[in-house]
Amino acid sequence: MDRPIRVLVAKPGLDGHDRGAKVIARALRDAGMEVIYTGLRQTPEQIVQAAIQEDVDVVAMSILSGAHNHLFPKVVNLLREEGVDDVLVIGGGVIPEDDIPKLKEAGIEEIFTPGTSTKDVVEYIKRNVKR
Amino acid sequence: MNLGERLLNGDRRACARLISMLENNDLEAVNIIKELYKHSGNAYVIGVTGAPGSGKSTLTDKLAKEFRKRGKKIGILAIDPTSPFTGGAILGDRIRMNDLTLDKNVFIRSMGTRGSLGGMSRAAWGAVKVLDIFGMDYIFIETVGVGQSEVDIVKIADTVLMVMVPNLGDDIQAIKAGIMEIADVFAINKSDLEGADRTKLEIEMNLDLSEKKDYRPPVVKVSASRNQNIDELVDKLIEHRTYLEETGKIVERRKKNIRLEIMKLAEEEFLNLVMNKAHKGNLFDKLVDDVISKKLDPYTAKDMIMDFIKG
Ligand SMILES: Nc1nc2c(ncn2[C@@H]2O[C@H](COP(=O)(O)OP(=O)(O)OP(=O)(O)O)[C@@H](O)[C@H]2O)c(=O)[nH]1
Ligand SMILES: [Mg+2]
Repeated sequence: MDRPIRVLVAKPGLDGHDRGAKVIARALRDAGMEVIYTGLRQTPEQIVQAAIQEDVDVVAMSILSGAHNHLFPKVVNLLREEGVDDVLVIGGGVIPEDDIPKLKEAGIEEIFTPGTSTKDVVEYIKRNVKR
Repeated sequence: MNLGERLLNGDRRACARLISMLENNDLEAVNIIKELYKHSGNAYVIGVTGAPGSGKSTLTDKLAKEFRKRGKKIGILAIDPTSPFTGGAILGDRIRMNDLTLDKNVFIRSMGTRGSLGGMSRAAWGAVKVLDIFGMDYIFIETVGVGQSEVDIVKIADTVLMVMVPNLGDDIQAIKAGIMEIADVFAINKSDLEGADRTKLEIEMNLDLSEKKDYRPPVVKVSASRNQNIDELVDKLIEHRTYLEETGKIVERRKKNIRLEIMKLAEEEFLNLVMNKAHKGNLFDKLVDDVISKKLDPYTAKDMIMDFIKG
């Protein structure tokens, strides 16, 4: 069906600015997606409830504070607890190479580190949405 | 359990999915709503409109909280424009409503206008039905007041709340452009800033000029961000509802809107039908070519399409 991909762009954790998240939001919009932007300092619980209410195809999280090892998997687990299994979860931000395998194992399907072009993110989403 | 049963059981994912499916004109969802339509009719719809940045989302957040205090379940539909160039949209109203997200008796949904002919109306009408059947007592629809959308809001809302702000020259412009006719309640938001009294006066003067009716829209000064005077505004919204209900005007209003909705639905489907038929065998393309080369004119081309449909 010809419908726009819906993406929740969220910033979990306590770090203070969302420039990166806004750049991604605009790039996704320009690629024809509907971006639900929820702003700063979201708890994993809020992200998951918003993802459910908005019926998104993708949850894209960005984090700079270093809390990714805790917060990213928490979101995936809460989604699973709610029975949500058709949402693509991706993450971005300042994330050390060493942490990436563990995060992928936890169910974050792709991690984009600084320097990734927004075009790659768009392409990745288009190829990997689950419905 | 199918989606419809899950919706009746208060399943939030079913609610969300049905809204999406209706938005995409999915027949399965349409059939589910046909089945469940008899369960709708409890919800009262409040349209919230006003200039960009006037504080509609912040105010909706505060209004929802006040209605929650009064024991009501709340649905919120936040509509933002879709880019006509890319078909994409950034839907950012939730930013102002984040602490409602975890309240199980609130359901917030963002929606792009998706630009198609009557698309916003159909999708919004659909979402309202789903939220109504889901059991919401009040449904707020936020639309930005530019162009057609603020006028469109009357076609779906029982009560229209017009959000104004002090010291915006444009307000007066907007008053002239006909919002006086559609507003049932005025909120002067950002009344913590200077000039709110003057704006109130200007609106009151305009109301004095408009023909006397048995209902005069109240003008309430509020500050959404400071959470000031929200309870009074809620009282005024409920007073308008009571007025409509006691005078029977609510039925008139809903009849008018349902008539419009049925027409829109029929119009959309009829147009699709015609165009699909006309597109078969490239009839439509040929006609366009013939008009451009002046062998035909658009009126004759239309006649030929109609003949083709009838014959
Ligand atoms: N001073 C003051 N600022 C306010 C008030 N209410 C909202 N704002 C601010 O106004 C700005 C816009 O608020 P929103 O609630 O996003 O306004 P909106 O009308 O929903 O905006 P759009 O959906 O983009 O058209 C924000 O920075 C708010 O913090 C208020 O009562 N007083
Ligand atoms: Mg808003």
